[in-house]
Amino acid sequence: MSTLPDPAPETAAAPAAPSAPAAKPGSEWLHYAVRNPKLIIGAALVVILLALGIAGPMLLDNDNPNEYVGPQAAAPDGTYWMGTTTFGQDVYAQFVHGLRSTFLVGVVGGAIAAVIAMVVGFLAGYRGGLVDEVLNMLTNIVLVLPALAVLLIINAYMGVRSVAVQGLFIGLTSWPWAARAIRAQTFSLRTREFVDLARLSGSGTWRIVFREIAPNMSSYLFMMFILLFGGSILIASSLDFIGLGPTEGVSLGLMLQSAQQWSALQLGMWWWFIPPGAGITAIVGALYVANVGLDEVFNPKLRES
Amino acid sequence: MRRYFARKLLVYALTFVAAVTVNWMIPRFMPGDPVAAMVARARVSQPEAAEAMRSYYNDLFGFDEPLWQQYLHFWGALLQGDFGISIFVFPTPVGDVLLDALPYTLGLMIPSVLLSWFAGNWIGALSARRKVLDNTVLPAGYLLTAMPYMWIAVILAWAFGANAGWFPISGGYSLDITPGWSAAFALDALHHWVLPFLSLFLVALGGWAIGMRNMIIYELESDYSSYLSALGAPQRLIRRYAFRNAVLPQVTGLALQLGVLVAGALVTEIVFAYPGLGSLILASIQNQDFFLLQGAFLFIVIGVLIANFLIDIVYVVVDPRTRTGMAGGTS
Repeated sequence: MSTLPDPAPETAAAPAAPSAPAAKPGSEWLHYAVRNPKLIIGAALVVILLALGIAGPMLLDNDNPNEYVGPQAAAPDGTYWMGTTTFGQDVYAQFVHGLRSTFLVGVVGGAIAAVIAMVVGFLAGYRGGLVDEVLNMLTNIVLVLPALAVLLIINAYMGVRSVAVQGLFIGLTSWPWAARAIRAQTFSLRTREFVDLARLSGSGTWRIVFREIAPNMSSYLFMMFILLFGGSILIASSLDFIGLGPTEGVSLGLMLQSAQQWSALQLGMWWWFIPPGAGITAIVGALYVANVGLDEVFNPKLRES
Repeated sequence: MRRYFARKLLVYALTFVAAVTVNWMIPRFMPGDPVAAMVARARVSQPEAAEAMRSYYNDLFGFDEPLWQQYLHFWGALLQGDFGISIFVFPTPVGDVLLDALPYTLGLMIPSVLLSWFAGNWIGALSARRKVLDNTVLPAGYLLTAMPYMWIAVILAWAFGANAGWFPISGGYSLDITPGWSAAFALDALHHWVLPFLSLFLVALGGWAIGMRNMIIYELESDYSSYLSALGAPQRLIRRYAFRNAVLPQVTGLALQLGVLVAGALVTEIVFAYPGLGSLILASIQNQDFFLLQGAFLFIVIGVLIANFLIDIVYVVVDPRTRTGMAGGTS
C-alpha cells in the first residue's frame, strides 16, 4: 500500500505524454502488452479471482454463506474445501462471497475517488489561479486527514452499513493524492500547442479537458484507477476488521474479523484466517504487479530490451 | 522559508477545524438521529451512564439552540480539554483513558515507522539496477506491501507465538506484572512488543524499498547521471548523488503515508490486544462508547498533524532549496 502515493509519477511525467504520437498507439501497446510477463501474470490472477468471485457463489447450493451448514471447526476436506468455522459455516462459501464484496468495494471506491480526483485535478491544473488555490487547499486538507479515522467516525454512526455505501465513503476520502498527480500532469499539458489551438478555436474548458488533455494521459489515468482500486480494498478490509464492515453479508475483511473475534488463532484453526488474508494480498498484489507491467507497456523508457 | 511554514501551518489549522467539524456534524446530522438512538440504548444497559450521556449531549448539541451556537459550544468544551466521559470505563474522562493508551501506540509506531523507512530506503537503493538483488527485492516488496496489516500480524502471531511459542501473542505486558519503572516490566513489555513491531515494520518496509528503487532508477536515467558517467565518475559517486536526490520524495512520501501507517498500527494492536489506541477504538465500538471513539479520532488527527509538521521541518533541513525560497517544497 505504500506504493500508492509514490510521488515518482509526478516527476516522471513521461508515461502520459508521448512526445511523438505514434500512428496507432493502441496496436503498439498491444504488441508490448502480450509480451510483458508482469502484466500477464498480474492480470491473469485478478481475472481468475474475479471469475471465482462471480461464478463461485452461483455454483453453491446455498445462497447464504453465513448459514450453519457443516460440522463445527472442521479442517479442510473433500466436502468443505476450506474447512468450517467454529459455528459450522463453510469457509469456502464465505470466501467466494467475500471475494465478490471485495471487488465491489474496490470498484465503487476506486471509481468514485477517480472521478473526484479527475474533476479536481483537471480543473485546478487547467484553470490555475484562484480556482487552483482553493482546490489545492481542499486537496491538502483531505490529504492530511487520516482517511481511516474519518471513516471510523462515519461508519460508527451509521446503523445499517452496506458494501456500496462503504465504497462510497472510501472514495470520498481517498482521492487527494490522485488529484494532485493529475493536476501536475494537466499543468504541463495545458501550455502545449494543440491545447492552445483548441482554445483559439473557441472550445470550452471541459471540451478541451476531455478532448485534448485527458486522451493524452489516458494510460496514466488508467493506472491511477488501478492503484485507487487496490487502496480501497485495503482500507475496506481494515474497516471490516475493526468491526465496522457491512452489517449484511460477508467480506474478506469480515472473515478475518470473526476469525479474530472467535480466537481462531489460539485454537489453531489456520484454515479460517489464512484464506481471507491470502485473497486480499493476492488481489492487491496482482493489481500492483499488473500496474508495473502496464507502466512498462505505456512508457518506452522502462521497457526491458 | 517563512512563507513555506506559514502555508503549511494554515493547512494544518484548517485541517484541524475540518476534523472538529466532522466530529460535530456526523452525530448531529446522520440520518436516523444516532444521538437519540444511542441515549435510548444506553438507558437500558447502563442507567447512570445514560444520564451522563444525555446531559452531555444536551450541553453540546443543546437541541433547542440555533445550530451556530451548538457548534460554538462544541468548540468551547473541546478547548477546555473536555472530551466527555467514557461509557466503557465509566466514569473516567475520555482524555485520561486516551492518554494512558498513547505511550503504547507511540512506542509501537515511532520505531517501526522510522526503522522501516531507513531500512527500506537502504534496501531499495541497493537493489536498483542490480539484476540478482532486484529480482528478489521487487517481488518480496510487492508481496509485503499488498498484505493487509492485520493479516501479517495474524500470521506472525500464529507462526512465532501460537506454534513456536517464542513470543506472547496478546497484551502489552504479562497480567502478573504491574506496569511501572522496573527492569522486569521493561523486559516483559519488550517481549510483548516484538511481534506487533515486526508486523508493522515488514509491511511498511516493502513499500519504502519499492519506492526507493524506482526513484533511484529514475535518477540514474537523468541528465546529470549520464553527464557524470560520461566524465568517467565512479559508479559509487553517481549512486550517492542519485540517493541524495531520491531521498527527498521519500521524505514527502512519509508524510503522505502517515494516515495508512496509523491505520496499520490500529489493526495490528487489535490482533495482539495491545493496550494502545487501536484496542481502545475496538472497545469503544463494541460498547457503543462514542465519546471515546470521537476523542480517539481527534487524538489521531492531532498526532498526524504534529508528525506532518515535524516532517516539514526535516524537509527544510535536507532540502536546501526550501531554505533559500527557490522551491516551496513538494506539497
